[in-house]
Amino acid sequence: MRTIQTSEIIDAVAKMCVSANTELPADVRSKLEKAMAEETSPSAKEVLRQLLENADLAHNTKLPLCQDTGLAVFFVEVGDDVRIEGGNLREAINEGTRRGYKDGFLRKSACDPLSRANTGDGTPAIIHFDFVPGDKLKISFMAKGGGAENMSRVTMLAPAQGWEGIKKFVVNRVAEAGPNPCPPTVIGVGIGGTFEHAAKIAKRGLLRKLDDTHPDPDIAAKEKELVDAINALGIGPMGLGGKTTVLGVKITMEPCHLASLPLAVNVQCHSQRHEEVEL
Amino acid sequence: MAEYKLNTPLTDEDIAQLKAGDVVFLTGTIYSARDAAHKKLVDLLDAGKELPFKLEGAAIYYVGPSPAPPGRPIGAAGPTTSYRMDSYAPRLYSLGLKATIGKGKRDAATRQAMQDYTAVYFGATGGAGALLSNSIVESNVIAFDELGPEAIREMKVEDFPLLVINDSHGGELYAVPDRKAAGIE
Repeated sequence: MRTIQTSEIIDAVAKMCVSANTELPADVRSKLEKAMAEETSPSAKEVLRQLLENADLAHNTKLPLCQDTGLAVFFVEVGDDVRIEGGNLREAINEGTRRGYKDGFLRKSACDPLSRANTGDGTPAIIHFDFVPGDKLKISFMAKGGGAENMSRVTMLAPAQGWEGIKKFVVNRVAEAGPNPCPPTVIGVGIGGTFEHAAKIAKRGLLRKLDDTHPDPDIAAKEKELVDAINALGIGPMGLGGKTTVLGVKITMEPCHLASLPLAVNVQCHSQRHEEVEL
Repeated sequence: MAEYKLNTPLTDEDIAQLKAGDVVFLTGTIYSARDAAHKKLVDLLDAGKELPFKLEGAAIYYVGPSPAPPGRPIGAAGPTTSYRMDSYAPRLYSLGLKATIGKGKRDAATRQAMQDYTAVYFGATGGAGALLSNSIVESNVIAFDELGPEAIREMKVEDFPLLVINDSHGGELYAVPDRKAAGIE
């Protein structure tokens, strides 16, 4: 049994909230650079140039990449042989979030759904726990901005609709979202599970690297099929037209009820801000 | 596609010359307002009360900046998605508002209001919050402080880089998704 102090968790989470919001991930930068080289439309090129300049500025000034520093979303893998000492794990993650959002001058965007009163400190964070073998604690953080999140959808297809139905729904969702979610986007697709599980696995897929390949060759081919179809829409960077509407599509598929075909599309903006830490 | 340097307050002449796709560098005073602030502005109008700033010739920036770190007038300050303000925009345009600044599509009523009242919708690059903050040289909360990031700020801007998305003649810049090419039609 390994012991991890909550103070260590709080520090790690606070640091991660700040760095994920101020540093463009290397895989995202290289995708944006590649897209800029391939685009022929001057407005598409200009948007991508601004995004790269923005990333340099954020790095140099420690300003956040985007004013919407998101709702703090965490995926946590707790090893079976880990014992948390000094308090509760969920509270430690919330405290780290509070501290990171305050010390990093990040925008506090959590509010009451109806009165819209701001909670004032960026919490509560959205936290998904999973229990895995081993003696490590892995915490993945995602800054989920409202503009892209609002364009996400869950639907329950009929089993007969199959892959064609899935493809049509995903591509159509990106077409309808148009310029709103800050394209070029990253699209997490959750297929299977139940109503709520599809949404969760769609989001978890966004933690993957942009340039990885799905280990299942059939799913990898489906991801490529969706990337090609979405880019054929011609929405382009910020909706101004062009070849780059999506930087990546990440499919997560799990078994579902024999009567169901749950499908979730989680839209993420071009910054794809996320980071992970292992304690 | 032309390039213009404009100053606030904006006039009908300033706006009428603009066409979708033109680049505009805006200098002067603009006001931040987003969801909750718009609701409060409209509540004031309904009650027959004065607004915290003059709408005539004004530009509203749909932004909720991150907090200003020491030594800077403002934190990251990129545009938020505009459609959420569509239920308020036609009324504000009708009262003299000349420009809104945001990102993403506007609805039909808002686009029509721009034609009816010689107004315009500018796009700024979404997510370029650090970069755009460099054009904001001063920022002060002038109303609804209790709304935090959503408070109304008077901001002085210098050469704020904008793109005309919807002009006052019915023109629009956004690409129409090609569903046929994508194989879903």
